[in-house]
This record gives sequence, structure tokens and C-alpha cells, in this order.
Amino acid sequence: MQLLGLILLLLGGGAVAALSERLHRNAPRWLALGVIAVAGLYLLAIPVGTEEQAAWIPRFGINVILAMDGLSFAMVALTLFLGLIAIVSSWSEIDESPGFFQFNLLWTLAGVVGVFTALDLFLFFVFWEVMLVPMYFLIAIWGHEARAYAAMKFFLFTQISGLLMLFAIMALVYLHYDTSGVITFAYADLLGAELDPAYAFLLMLGFFVAFVVKLPAVPFHTWLPDAHTQAPTAGSVILAGILLKTGAYGLLRFVVPLFPEAALDFRWPAMFLGAASVVYGGYLAFSQSDFKRLVAYSSISHMGFVLLGVFAWNTVAVQGAVVQMVAHGFSTAALFMMAGALQQRLHTREMGQMGGLWHKAPRMGSVALFFVVASLGMPGLGNFVGEFMVLIGAFQVDVPLTIAAAIGIIVAAVYALSLMQRSFQGEPNAAVEAMPDFGFRELSVMILMMVALVWLGIYPETLLNLSAPVVSGLGVAP
Amino acid sequence: MTALDFQALAPHLTLTAGLLVVVLAISFWRSHRTALTLTLLSFAAAFIALWPGLDAAPRQVTPLLVLDAYAAFFNGLFILIGAVTAILAHRYLQGRAGSQEEFHVLLLLATLGAMTLASAQHFAALLLGLEIISISLYAMVAYPEESHPPLEAALKYLVLSGVGSATMLFGMALIYHATGALGFAELAASVPVGDTFAAAGDRADLWLTAGQVLFIIGIAFKLSLIPFHMWTPDVYQGAPAPVSGYLATVSKAAVFAVLLRFAVDAELLDLSGGAAVSMAMLFAIVAVLSMVIGNVLALLQDSIKRLLAYSSIAHVGYLMIALLVLGALPGQAMAVETALVFLAGYLAMTLAAFAVVSELSSAAVGERDQIEEYAGLFWRRPVLAAVLTAALLSLAGIPLTAGFIAKFYLFAAGVEGALWGLIWAMIVGSALSIYYYLKIVFAMTVRDADAPAVPVSAIGVVTAAVLGLVVLVLGIYPAPLIDLVGDIAAGMLSQP
Repeated sequence: MQLLGLILLLLGGGAVAALSERLHRNAPRWLALGVIAVAGLYLLAIPVGTEEQAAWIPRFGINVILAMDGLSFAMVALTLFLGLIAIVSSWSEIDESPGFFQFNLLWTLAGVVGVFTALDLFLFFVFWEVMLVPMYFLIAIWGHEARAYAAMKFFLFTQISGLLMLFAIMALVYLHYDTSGVITFAYADLLGAELDPAYAFLLMLGFFVAFVVKLPAVPFHTWLPDAHTQAPTAGSVILAGILLKTGAYGLLRFVVPLFPEAALDFRWPAMFLGAASVVYGGYLAFSQSDFKRLVAYSSISHMGFVLLGVFAWNTVAVQGAVVQMVAHGFSTAALFMMAGALQQRLHTREMGQMGGLWHKAPRMGSVALFFVVASLGMPGLGNFVGEFMVLIGAFQVDVPLTIAAAIGIIVAAVYALSLMQRSFQGEPNAAVEAMPDFGFRELSVMILMMVALVWLGIYPETLLNLSAPVVSGLGVAP
Repeated sequence: MTALDFQALAPHLTLTAGLLVVVLAISFWRSHRTALTLTLLSFAAAFIALWPGLDAAPRQVTPLLVLDAYAAFFNGLFILIGAVTAILAHRYLQGRAGSQEEFHVLLLLATLGAMTLASAQHFAALLLGLEIISISLYAMVAYPEESHPPLEAALKYLVLSGVGSATMLFGMALIYHATGALGFAELAASVPVGDTFAAAGDRADLWLTAGQVLFIIGIAFKLSLIPFHMWTPDVYQGAPAPVSGYLATVSKAAVFAVLLRFAVDAELLDLSGGAAVSMAMLFAIVAVLSMVIGNVLALLQDSIKRLLAYSSIAHVGYLMIALLVLGALPGQAMAVETALVFLAGYLAMTLAAFAVVSELSSAAVGERDQIEEYAGLFWRRPVLAAVLTAALLSLAGIPLTAGFIAKFYLFAAGVEGALWGLIWAMIVGSALSIYYYLKIVFAMTVRDADAPAVPVSAIGVVTAAVLGLVVLVLGIYPAPLIDLVGDIAAGMLSQP
């Protein structure tokens, strides 16, 4: 029960952190940091390939099945790493009820770890929702001015699409029960379910919508800019860095393997949505004047590549999607931290009130430049590898859509450089007086993420070797 | 009656004895605390008496009552809810002028009525139980008689509930006219061989059809299914909060318990006769209306009590899926199981929500049921806010709460019975409901709220916390409940 132990560690740590607020105001922060560090070490001690099972609700053949293959390991490691980053980045930002804040943070992470490891559809759904409620609280309590609207929108979008998924899960289990006589929610058993093609298509859509809302892809993306913009920095880091990946992971792990024929039938529309997200997300990003909102829209554009890659369903594209998931986790998390740092110093996210900040804070400027360049797909950094592999793979499947998505990279250069230009370059804004530069705490986490992105860009094999057996095991075309 | 009959009736008899003790104690020595203690002792004794009763189960006592595990399950729930209501009402009524002790007598009496309904298998017992509950509740609703809203609510409840009872009674009379039977099982046997009770009316006998429809309308009044719901929000809002909680839980669950037994024993929804579709149709229509309109109207409420009233309307609408599965499935066990699991979850979460409302209100300061009065509750009363959050998330059907397991069961049963339309209505209803539940949760997280502090009692907070834990435990580890309920369903359906 090592994986369950990992999840319980996060849940229990969250509860203790919430209570520790009474002892000292700083206690929850240090506790949360310690819990994540211990969880990270614990993760390294769990061998890849672990699978564990325990009975839960025998009446419906529901078991606690947790498993960690290479893909899950990579995603869980990313989760814990960004969790650590989120705690550090919120160190001085959150003053009110730090205990409850860390509680919600750790519970979100626990839910995400569960999503990445659950191999029972019921359990998966439970974790899917468990990560939702604490995230709601993070936005609703510690968010910015329009948090009520943003939090509600976030919750409604994910919850309603989740209901569709629950319905699809129940119908899938029942159809499998009808033919096999066994009632089970186990992923491994349901993989081989023989389904009527018409049903399979509808069920596939149920899953697809739930995951694409989370991803998010056009036209289900409208919750994202609000939620990201209004969330506190740690919330944005977790939302963009990890929560969006659960949607991508779901597409990869569940939608295509469970319904291979239906997914193949749906390939063009799905890839179209992916390419449309790349271009339209980039276009919208360019028209933003709010630093955080721009980064949020750029996420839609980047996650479009993942959708494109998953539905291209050949090894290169899917591997590219995996790299893109991880690389986007780092680059966007860093940019959201930058937005948070700027807001804390300038009390605004409007780029119209920035400008020429490089001179006042050169360290911030150079860090921002690094991640902006990473985000626009500079060769040598992780994002480039991901996007490039996706495009190669997608090209073999559908040329026009690939060309459209490739144009999206040019759009990315435009909005990313304009972000840099409007905030850090150009005429110094007279209204901005002295601004403290990055200190040791902020700089060190940024450097960690830079190293990760460079490593991904120069030697992606580390990640690719981890995910290769999984990708071929899922039945991806070579 | 034999000794075994008395043993089977032990919970009812114990509660009756406790009731008499409380009445006598009050007439000699007025003390609210003593009345509460004696009431709780009576509930505890009746709860313990469930086990000797179960040793004799299943047992038919007179043609009116049958005491089986199904009845014991409901009796146990009603006793526990009665005890919680007594605790909540004790603090709620403190500080009110006049004497409070009679409230507990009424509460015991209402619970006795509910227990009678859970074991009724005859129209006479049904009516008896129903009237015992209703008459006690009129007085309980109006108990803080010095203020206006409770009186208005009680009057409304009296008139409309009376109309419901009269309709039902007339329906029973017509059914008796057509079949000559009053016992549930006799009704099923009263129709010619090869026919069913449900279908016979459809076919030729207009009196029987009219009787069935009127009976169902009467039941729908009591369950406050749309369009027979008009009294519910007003009465819930006007009644003292502990009584609203009791109305939403015990009085509904008891009526549903007897309806389910009636449907099973009298084969009300048996589709094997072919023509019983129209009876099922009637239920399906009110179910869909309740799920959709109940949730839409809940969106518009500013008062938590009204909101919970509409939410309870919607939940009884969901529950109708379990009833309809009874007619759609070859094995009926799933339907009974679903109903029992759903009700256990519904009772826990609804009572938890009302417990928090009741803890914040009192007869002296009045009802605190406006949503804005809950602003900042998280920071002022974290435990109560956490319980209310758990209850609301459970009502919204979020996993790891009892409400999710309840909805999950309905999903499973509905998919198995292929009731697609009802499942979609439930999905739409649930989707709508998230908004208004979250609205309250958000209000509680708002920070700079300077709502006045409310004195709360330690025992009330502990009671609410226990209810909140029950909601979570049922959601996290439902297997024991499911096992229990599976045995009960199997036992009920195997009875001759």
C-alpha cells in the first residue's frame, strides 16, 4: 500500500498543517514544505511498476487499484515538484489563514496524485472530484477581486463535465456487465469491453468532454482565463502546471485505449479542436493587457498541441504530447510565479502600468526572458521538443491541421515577445518607483525550473525512456 | 397476541412507555432538562429494543403491522433522528417564554407515528401512522406560538396536509370499493389470476384507477412532489429549524417507507401485467417535474430553509427513480437497496444541514436563515461551517460524501433499469443544484463580515459534528451500509 500511503501522507499532512496554525503562523508553511519533501523522497522509494489493490465496495466490484508506471511516475513527480514550487511561491503572499490554505493545497495535490495513479474508474472519478473542491476553496478564499465569479465558473464547468463522465463510466460498466456478466470498474477489465460502436462513440464523447474541459480546448476553455487570473499564485501554478495535465492524462490513458475505434472515428474533429486551440488561444493571448490573463490564454494554445498529439496516436506524437505536458508545467508555472511576483510588488497585473522593469529588477527580467523564450518554443528547451515531436507525428496523419498548428508557433512568438516588450522592455513607466528584485527564495526555485527545462530540451530521453513502454503498452501506432 | 408478538413490537412499546413516563414527569415536575433527559433515555431504550425485536422478525402482528428488518432499519433511523431533534430543540427553545417540555412529548409521539408507518402493511395502519405524525407535527411547527411565522406555517401545513390525507383516504375508499381489500398483499391477490393490481385498473375498472390515482396524489402531497409541493417551502421556512429538519427527514422517509412497501406488496408497479405503464408514468412525471423545477426554484432562494425545502423536493424526485426501478427490473432487490441507501444518505446530510441552521437560530433571537447571515461563518464558527459545507457538498453529490454514494446508487439502478429519461433529468437537476449549494459555501468563506456572534451550545456543535462525520464516513466507506441494506432487501422480498 505504498501509493495509498503517499496519498494518505498528503491528506494527513494537510490536516496537520491546518491545525498547526494555532501553534505558530509559520508552522503550516514549514509543515507543508516538509510533507512535500518527504512525499518526494517517498516517491523515489516506490519502484516504477508498482501495483496495489484492496477491496472497497465489493457490491459493485469497486476496488482501490493504484498503479504507477513510467507515465504516472513522471506526472506524480511533476505534481510534487510543482507542489513544492507552489508552497514556496506563496510563502509571503498568503497571510490570512495559512493553515487552511496549505490544507487545500495539499489536498489538491493528493487528489491529483490519485488521478495519476488510479486504475479503477470509480476511484479515478472520486479523485477527479477530490482535487476540485480544495481548488475551489483556493480560488474562492484567497483569489483576487472577481474570485466569486471565477471560482463558481471553474467549479460548474468541471463538475458538469464530470457528471457526463460519471454517466459514461456507469454506462460502460453496465454494458460490460451485460456481455460478460461481471460487474467491475477495473480499468484492466474494461479495456477489453466489447461495445456496440454507436454506444462506444457516445461513451467516448462523455469522457472526451470531461477531459477536454479540463485541458482546456476551444470551445470549452472559457473558465480558464477567469480561474487563472483570479487564483492566488500558488493556485495558478497548480492549476496550469498540474490540473490541466489531468485532462491530457485522461485522454491518453482512458479515452483512446478504452474506445480505440470510436476515438479513431473522432480523430479529425479532435485534432481540429487541438489545432484550433493552438491558433485561437494564441490569438486571444496576444490581445490581452493583463499579464496573468495572457499567460492563461497561452496555456490554451500550448495544451492544444497535447490534444493534437494524443489524437494523432502515433508514437512520436504521443511522446511529444508527454514532453509538452511536462515542459508546459514548468514554463507556465514559472510565468505565473512571475505574474504573482509582479503583482505583489506593483499591485497590478496590467501591462500598461509596467514597462522598462528590466532596469529596476534585472534578475527578474532575465528570468522572465528565459521562460518567455521557452514558451515560444526556442530549440534547446523542453517546449520545443514537445511541440516539434507533436508536429512530426501529426504531419503523418493530417497535413492541413499540422500546418495550421505550426502557424500557431509563430503566433506564440508574437504574443510571448510582446509580453516581454510591454512589461520588462520599452520606456520605463514613470509611476513605478523602486521595485525589489528577486531574492534568494524566488531565484532558487526559478533556477530549479530553468535547469529542468534545459535538461528536457537537451536530453529528453530521460522522460521519453520512462514513458516509452507505457505509450507502446497503450496500443499507440508505431 | 403472543409473547413473540410483543417481542416483535418491543421498540414501539418501549417508546410508548417512555412517552407516558415523560408525560407523567412533566405533570409533576416541570423541568426542560429533565424532560430532555427522559426523552433521550426513551429513544435510547427504544433503540436498544430494536435487537430483541429483530430476534422475532420477520413477524406479522395483527393484520395491520409487519415487523421485519426493513421496518427495523427505518425505526432505527427515526429514533436516532428523533434524539438529534430533541437535542437541537432543547437549545433552540431555551430562552423562550412559557413551557418547553411538551415539545418532547410531541416529538416522541411523531416518532411513534413514523415507526408505525415503517411497519404498516394495511391501509388502516398507514392512515393511523400518518395522522399520528401529522397531528404531532402541526403542534410542533406552531410550538413557538408567540411569533407569527410558525403559526402561519402550522396553519398552512394543517390545511394542505389535511387535503392530502383526505385525498388519500378517498382513494383508499375507492380501491376498497373495487377490490374489497385493505391489506397491501391482499390487494395484489384481489385481482383475477394472471392480472396485476396495477394493471387491473388500467384495463377496465375505472373505480380502481381513480382510487389508485387519488391515493398516489395523497402520497405525493405528503412527499411534497411537484406539483403537490406548494406548502413545503413556506412551512419549512416558518417552522422552528429543528422541526423543519424533522419534517424534511423523518416525515418524508416514513411516507416513502410505506409507499415502497405498498409498491412491493401490492405490486403497484409490476410491469409484467403489461399495462401498468400508466401508473409508472404518473410517478415518472412527478419525479422529473420535481427534479427539474425543484432545482430551478431553489436557484432563486435567499433563505437557506426555503432552499433546503426545494432541494428536498428535488431529492425526493431523485428517489422516485428507485421506486420506478421496482417496476423495470426483474429482480426487485436492487430497487429496495437503492432506496434504502439513498434514504440513509439523504437523512444524514439533510439533518446535518438543518442541525447547523438550528444551532445558529433560536426561538428567542429568531430564525437565521438568510444566506447573507452565513457570511464569514468559516472564520467565526469553523466546525459548524465545515459541517454545513460537508452537508451541502453531499447534497450536491460530490464524492467521498454520503450524497455521492446515494446518487451513484441511483445511477446504477437507473442504468440497469434503462430509465434514461429520468437519469438525464437527474443529471440536469444535479448540475443546476451545484450553483445554489456553492453559493452558500462561498458566502461562508467571505472574510470581512461583521455578522453578530451567536451563542451556541457545546452539545449542539458536537451533534452537528457527529452528523457531518456520518455524512463523510458513509461516503468514504459505504460497504457496511451496503451489506446491511442488501440483507434487508433480500429478506423483505423473500417474505411470503
